[in-house]
Amino acid sequence: MAQPLLSVRDLVVEFPTRRGTLRAIDKVSFDIQEGEVLGMVGESGAGKSITGAAIIGLIEPPGRIAGGEIRLRGERIDNLRPEALRRIRGRRIGMVFQDPLTSLNPLYTVAQQLIETIRTHIDLSEREARARAVALLDRVGIPAAARRIDDYPHHFSGGMRQRVVIALALAAEPELVIADEPTTALDVSVQAQIIDVLKEICAERGAAVMLITHDMGVIAETADRVAVLYAGRLAEIGPVRDVITAAEHPYTRGLMGSIPTLTQTADRLVQIPGSMPRLNAIPQGCAFNPRCPEVFGRCRVERPDPIDRGSRRQVACWLYDTAKAEEAGNV
Amino acid sequence: MLAFIIRRVLQSILVMLVVALVSFSLFRFVGDPINSMVGQEASIEDRAALREALGLNDPFLMQFMRFIGNAAQGDFGISYRLQQPVMELILSRLPATLELALVSGVVAFIFGVGFGVYTALRRRGWVSNSIMTLSLIGVSLPTFLIGVLLIWVFAVEFQMLPSFGRGDVVRVGDWWSTGFLTHSGRLSLILPAFTLGLYQMTLIMRLVRAEMLEVLRTDYIKFARARGLTNRAVHFGHALKNTMVPVITITGLQLGSIIAFAIITETVFQWPGVGALFINSVRFVDVPVMAAYLLLIALIFVLINLVVDLLYYVVDPRLRADRAAARH
Repeated sequence: MAQPLLSVRDLVVEFPTRRGTLRAIDKVSFDIQEGEVLGMVGESGAGKSITGAAIIGLIEPPGRIAGGEIRLRGERIDNLRPEALRRIRGRRIGMVFQDPLTSLNPLYTVAQQLIETIRTHIDLSEREARARAVALLDRVGIPAAARRIDDYPHHFSGGMRQRVVIALALAAEPELVIADEPTTALDVSVQAQIIDVLKEICAERGAAVMLITHDMGVIAETADRVAVLYAGRLAEIGPVRDVITAAEHPYTRGLMGSIPTLTQTADRLVQIPGSMPRLNAIPQGCAFNPRCPEVFGRCRVERPDPIDRGSRRQVACWLYDTAKAEEAGNV
Repeated sequence: MLAFIIRRVLQSILVMLVVALVSFSLFRFVGDPINSMVGQEASIEDRAALREALGLNDPFLMQFMRFIGNAAQGDFGISYRLQQPVMELILSRLPATLELALVSGVVAFIFGVGFGVYTALRRRGWVSNSIMTLSLIGVSLPTFLIGVLLIWVFAVEFQMLPSFGRGDVVRVGDWWSTGFLTHSGRLSLILPAFTLGLYQMTLIMRLVRAEMLEVLRTDYIKFARARGLTNRAVHFGHALKNTMVPVITITGLQLGSIIAFAIITETVFQWPGVGALFINSVRFVDVPVMAAYLLLIALIFVLINLVVDLLYYVVDPRLRADRAAARH
């Protein structure tokens, strides 16, 4: 396989607090291939957004990357100096945030914000940058872009603002776009449109997408692969079809079972008993063991590493540790 | 926009009328003006005649209307104490106060915003901590004490700066006299301007710092960083502009209070401004001067408020509601 666009290895993000250090991300590894859409799912607090922030180098202090490495086209970016990292942000990795109502500076027109972003990264004249900005707005589906571009953010509706945000994130044609719950704050009726716009434009420009969401429907429709996070650890990663139709990790199975479908006629949705542990109370062994229906001895003692299951699929669960079991048998 | 201005002007007029009523009632309730004007030996008949001649026997409303009518034309009568037209007195003192207030206001604003931004951006440095600690002193020490301390250090011990007065002044135009153009005038300004501006500066600084910290946490700042904008663009382009919206109001109002509360500083430094004039008028129950001073201060406050509201319009596009409404 070719060199991945983004490669995250054993990423650890820690937040020092007065009561000790919290590990928000604990040895998460995954790759994103060129042009691929990777969905990232998990409950609130599972570490989805922090993973995104770590990649783009915007973890809020005192949080910090405490281990592992992040590579963009093979080049390490987690230990760059701030100025070098800044040049990557926007230019090579773009980011779309959750709430379009607060993502735009209310005191500047859309044109000012777009042109500023474009000219920060690309050597263009004011006029060229403006032409480019209009084309971008037009592309993300803002009607009468040439006229609306001089409006202020508050002149736009929520859905339109998220289109503007997407235009801003893509202004300098990044290779990777991290979309952190881009539709959560929007009306259900415009969510699909925004996802479509995002997906289309990224496909058109060959940009890969890391789509952070807890909406499995969006993942199913949009993503090529999906990564499931639980308590700051990677539970399962694989092609979206496989993970959705044949989840292997008990947590993923529970997650999928909790999605209502039209074909099934269950009275009650499946519910995973209990709740995700707090970061300061993650149990020994597998983080999911207290809630797992298939828990056994080893799960309470030893932490499972992701185990390869073929076709770029990995599961961090002792149930699938056949290789090691055989190895143990042979010796 | 026009409707907004008209509404604000009408409100301002209403405020001025209320203040006029208050300052007018001074005439009726603070002692008997006749007593202040005539000597001990004046007979009762003389007093009655003077009372009639000044129109003090007319009904309250009529006197009030006459007061407003005159005031609107800049006529506040004759000072009881100095026997000069009040307006002339005030105009001759006003440049001193306005220059002092302007200098300390500008200094307070520049340093207040500068320190505020610095301490917000470098929250943990020892420089920030020292500035914050010193600002506590600025907030908590009373103005007159700071003034006296400064006089002691810079005028008495080091003998670097004059301790009182305005220095040499130069006449500009009909009635404006300025201390900006002479060396002694500029030297004399330093201590009083610092004394007067210190409190405002610390206030602005703390406000800017708090606002800036707030703004730096917002999503649009995060998004601006995520777009790879330079720190400079993020801090001074995006964050500072948003910080300034509330700061402008407070600063504007502070400018009003700088002028109004210059009284103490002017007294400490023997500054020949309207504040000192007012204090002397209070001592001698010089009601026309007091009334005119009240009205003048009210007028300044009202005007500054008006300007601040208009500035808001310029800075914050969200307030230009009529334009947005016209588009949709």
